[in-house]
Amino acid sequence: MAGRKRKYPQKLLVELYRNLYMIRVFETRCIKLYRQGLIRGYFHPYLGEEAIAVGVCAALRPKDRIASTHRGHGHCIARGADIKLMAAEIMGRETGYCGGRGGSMHIADMSLGNLGANGIVGANMPLALGSALGSWVRGTNEVTVAFTSDGGVMNGTFCETLNLAGALGVPLIVVIENNQYAVSTTVEETTRETELYKRGIGLGVESHRIDGNNVLEVYDYAKDAHKKCVQGKGPVLLEAVTYRHGGHHVNDPGLYMPKDRLEDYKKKDPCLLGRKFLAEIGAVTAQKIDEIERKVEQQMEEAVEYAVNSPQPSVEEFLDDVRCYS
Amino acid sequence: MSETAREHPAVQKASSGNPRSIMYREALREALLEEMRRDASVFLLGEGIARRGGSYKVTEGLLNEFGPKRVIDTPLAEATFTGAGVGAALTGMRPVVEILFIDFSMLILDQIANQAAKLQFMTNKQCSVPMVLRTQGGAGNGLAAQHSQSLEAIFYHIPGLHLAMPATPYDAKGLMKSAIRSDFPVVFIEHKLLYMTEGEVPEEEYLIPFGEASIKRPGNDLTLVAWSNMLPRSLKAAESLAEEGIDIEVVDPRTLVPLDKKTIVDSVRKTQHLVIVQEAVRRGGVASDIASYVHEEAFDYLDAPIEIVAGLNTPIPYNLSLEKACIPQEVDIIEAVRRALARTV
Repeated sequence: MAGRKRKYPQKLLVELYRNLYMIRVFETRCIKLYRQGLIRGYFHPYLGEEAIAVGVCAALRPKDRIASTHRGHGHCIARGADIKLMAAEIMGRETGYCGGRGGSMHIADMSLGNLGANGIVGANMPLALGSALGSWVRGTNEVTVAFTSDGGVMNGTFCETLNLAGALGVPLIVVIENNQYAVSTTVEETTRETELYKRGIGLGVESHRIDGNNVLEVYDYAKDAHKKCVQGKGPVLLEAVTYRHGGHHVNDPGLYMPKDRLEDYKKKDPCLLGRKFLAEIGAVTAQKIDEIERKVEQQMEEAVEYAVNSPQPSVEEFLDDVRCYS
Repeated sequence: MSETAREHPAVQKASSGNPRSIMYREALREALLEEMRRDASVFLLGEGIARRGGSYKVTEGLLNEFGPKRVIDTPLAEATFTGAGVGAALTGMRPVVEILFIDFSMLILDQIANQAAKLQFMTNKQCSVPMVLRTQGGAGNGLAAQHSQSLEAIFYHIPGLHLAMPATPYDAKGLMKSAIRSDFPVVFIEHKLLYMTEGEVPEEEYLIPFGEASIKRPGNDLTLVAWSNMLPRSLKAAESLAEEGIDIEVVDPRTLVPLDKKTIVDSVRKTQHLVIVQEAVRRGGVASDIASYVHEEAFDYLDAPIEIVAGLNTPIPYNLSLEKACIPQEVDIIEAVRRALARTV
């Protein structure tokens, strides 16, 4: 971090860590549910990448918006989603965020400005651009964040979006979550310029490469980017470098990921770092931090109980609903 | 091509004290202008629509009135500015996105088919996508294979979209105004040969609801269903056949989604004969789907097999005679009508 002297109130550090740990617990617990057959379809864990969603979303105001990806649970939680409704949706229940119509890859919470996860890599970029464009047309200053990835950067919509956002100067922050794999293919295999933030420089957009495992660094850069967008100096591109803790989805063992590299990244696990910041900068005792963790685990168990006991969606109501498409 | 369509009854009523004939492109422009004045959330995105006023002058002068934030010239990045329209629609705006040629809409299919059409559904109605995709299709200007297609079937196929294909200035204006106010994403397909055609359009404001076909010519002997530029062609064929005492009813669905099956089926029950005319290639077309509905709902009324007059299953060629050979002409429609009537049992 470029020698900035930001002060981090204890309350902020607690909130950051609570969210980091919540994502960790949510994903880990849901993987168990998947193995038990309670979740079907695809499930893309955000494990190892938690600091990016948490740091970025902490820099936003309630009126701001995010557009998420197929690996979207972390963004939802960081944006304040109700994990009961998330768990219910992932289990396909009537009480879920999307009434069981969407599932893991389509959770949205418009009331929180979360425009939703998206099953098509690259497709959320134009959607986020449009959200920022609407603010620009209206003359309001809501900031929109587009989360994308090293995979998403390779899609044409990435450059097109950044280019048009730059031409018009709309309040958009693009965050590349560079977890180093597009499914199983490495960045090095798919591009000559592996420092992905440089694409933004080529388009005249302020761009930075940051440590995606360090929640405070992510928060600092996101806070600055947000300020610029509010001042009409957007867009800003952030490339947050991180590493997936597993394969592409729950059924991918990730055999192509070198073990030593994963071990290196686990040494700077975003949750361990977040806990360290809370203890050292926030001066919170280990006992208090343990209490925060137990509370999160308890909330997760309540969410699982809520989801498991929730009704399946009614087929009759569904058939009635979809008449509008005939 | 001269516009010979009989006007909708509402026009005759509204225009009785105030007759006025304007071009299809002017009717569209009026619709945009009126809706932009009415609602500040309506804005336009597209290639060459602001300073140039659009290739067919539909957006001419709008930049002057509404400024560069509501009439936006985009880079040639169709997928992204269309997706921006979807994103703006999700968050409180009512964008009208223009894709210069429907052929270019193949570049935006993800944003239309996977995003616009599905977001309301996937989020269990947490949002809607009140966006209009304006585009134009059809052959007739020697623009060859990548600027002449009729691709409505692709959008017709995707649940979650509404689809309008107006043939007259009156319908173009009334449907465009409804499209802009609709909470559904609407694909609005104009025809390049219709922009300069004229027809009566009242000065007074009016809307045309989606899902209401228009009987453009009443008749008793045979039903011709046609939309977009096949409507004036079918009306001409009907006039020629009228001279022989053949009394044809011409029905324009105007919107293909939702489709007014009832008006079509009622007409077939009356005339007992059906010819469907589409400019698009025959394979996988909307005409085949309409035929299947009529089979289900009026089979016992049919006195002859349904005839479909459609484009050849081929890319559109450049040369004029070759191009004509691919697209239904008046004579093809007349022959199909004769065949249908000759096979009457």
